[in-house]
Amino acid sequence: MTVSAQKPPALAALQSNRFGQVMKKYLSVIAGFYRGNPTALLGTFIVGGLIIMSLAAPLIAQNEPNKRVARGHQPPSAELFFGSTRSGKDVFSQVLHGGRISLLVAFGAAALTTVIAVLVGISAGYIGGKTDELLMSVTNIVLVFPQLPLLIILAAFLGQVGPLIIAVIIGSTSWAWGARIIRSQTLAIRNKEFIISAEVMGESKARIVLVEILPNLTSIVVGGFVGTSIYALMAEAGLEFLGLGDPTVITWGTMLYWAQSNSAFIVGAWWDMAVPGMAIAIMGGGLALLNMSIDQISNPKLKTGAYIKIWRKQKAQMLARRAQS
Amino acid sequence: MNRTDKPLLSIRNVCVDYVTEHGNARAVNEVSFDIYPGETVGLAGESGCGKSTLAFAIANLHEAPALISEGEILFEGRDILTMSSAQLRDFRWNETSMVFQSAMNSLNPVLKISEQIIDVILAHKRVSKQEAWSRAEELLATVGIHASRMNSYPHQLSGGMRQRVVIAIALALRPKLIVMDEPTTALDVVVERDIMDELFELKEKFGFAILFISHDLGLMGEIADRIGIMYAGQLVEMGTAAQILEQPKHPYTRGLVGSFPTIHGPRVRLEGIPGNPLNLLQTPAGCYFQARCSDGIDKCLKHKPQLKPLTNSGDRLVACHVAVDMEVPA
Repeated sequence: MTVSAQKPPALAALQSNRFGQVMKKYLSVIAGFYRGNPTALLGTFIVGGLIIMSLAAPLIAQNEPNKRVARGHQPPSAELFFGSTRSGKDVFSQVLHGGRISLLVAFGAAALTTVIAVLVGISAGYIGGKTDELLMSVTNIVLVFPQLPLLIILAAFLGQVGPLIIAVIIGSTSWAWGARIIRSQTLAIRNKEFIISAEVMGESKARIVLVEILPNLTSIVVGGFVGTSIYALMAEAGLEFLGLGDPTVITWGTMLYWAQSNSAFIVGAWWDMAVPGMAIAIMGGGLALLNMSIDQISNPKLKTGAYIKIWRKQKAQMLARRAQS
Repeated sequence: MNRTDKPLLSIRNVCVDYVTEHGNARAVNEVSFDIYPGETVGLAGESGCGKSTLAFAIANLHEAPALISEGEILFEGRDILTMSSAQLRDFRWNETSMVFQSAMNSLNPVLKISEQIIDVILAHKRVSKQEAWSRAEELLATVGIHASRMNSYPHQLSGGMRQRVVIAIALALRPKLIVMDEPTTALDVVVERDIMDELFELKEKFGFAILFISHDLGLMGEIADRIGIMYAGQLVEMGTAAQILEQPKHPYTRGLVGSFPTIHGPRVRLEGIPGNPLNLLQTPAGCYFQARCSDGIDKCLKHKPQLKPLTNSGDRLVACHVAVDMEVPA
């Protein structure tokens, strides 16, 4: 006890603090994820950077996105980093503000998809029987709808839909594959000995599903979430580019729509089109990198841990030694 | 066993490391021994002492994070560790086959028994499918399974039958050496006895050598010609089965032998080995067994004992300062 008395009170408080210890544990887990995993670092950097820039849009961008601040189609300059649109609005400000809604739609749709897929997949796989039959026939029906035409028809039918509706449409039509994958994985885990022993030990169904089964599905669920985010980002931009979204809301998709309808490329204002296009491409790429790195962590058989570098080095040394003798 | 022959398999100074971020764990540490044609060599030791790691090294099956960092494994004079992958493909199963730990799980559940046996024959021999089929039926018959079971799936067979099928597959190409890594651990003693009897009938017939890995010293004493004892990756003692079981020299072997009851003979109180297996990431200077040894001397703390012959014939080896000092007065 004399030792802890000598410590600065703040440090002692932090160490005795349960919250501090839990945080420390999580930090070390996170550090472990990034160690020897450059894909994850790059992916996080891209995705995190874009998210932060979008969130901080009002702080970073000097101009209001909807305000006329210059003449039409001004090229990029020190004042307007990414130039201006035909109606004289700041493209830099628009791409940052547009990112807020585009990313919100992407992650919102992905979250909705993931929740539906997990609920349907786990229930079907774990409960089985009639429930499984019913849920899987619904899933199969959803699966045979051609997705993009369905999206277009739904969006056209509802007319100039806002971002929220787009997120709901994308979310409610793209869960079927995820549900099938989760169901089959649940089925495989369901008959493993540790699930049977959990049942014998008298654990509740909810606990078996949430504590015993779900953590085993982490890689599929997270991978599915990130994958669907990419899809939703593209689908939203696609719908809006076709003019099926609400053109008064600023998103990366509507930016593309306006650039196209104002013939930005033909009049030489490439920045008007390239900036939102690149934003979508970079975000998609960052998410894809993140998805790959999650796969590396959750699937140790891929052998991409930090030790593999040490192993390769030692193997090279061993081969060199052998070649000498 | 004919000692005038050249060794079939010669393991020379082999080290296998498991590479981790916190340093290397040397699971097999400078192990050397020979297997002669037709001989049965047993390898015993507690869990985690490197028996299976060594077995994998013999077929050069190790992948990251395991690395065979030192030594050579000579099979009839050719070093397995320097073979190309084409040579290895040819070597595996033709010359050396393996029966893995919990071998019955190495059968593919969705393929019929017949397909799995025929596959291995067709992969290595230029024969027609009919020939392979009749060869497979023959093989099943040699391990005591009726040919009508050819079209069964693995789950339709009992554990013992599956084990026999795996042994039949190991025999399919008449290899000169079969590495058996705890082949009967999952089976009850009656089935174990059946399979062992059959195996030794087959051995008489075909004359292959066996490297038998197990922690069942009782079983090993009955079947092995020579026994090697491993502790913390090192071979600490080697001798004929009778020598090891009746006059163990290394304190670890004594502890191991003392942990098994005999069916015949008087009832004696069983003595275990105190302490826990060594953490291979934190190895001490000197003897690896020092912390658990009851009769250690100062030398044990500083100098690593080498495997030394106790007799002139050179087939009784022990790595212990105390045992060597007692046998060979300086």
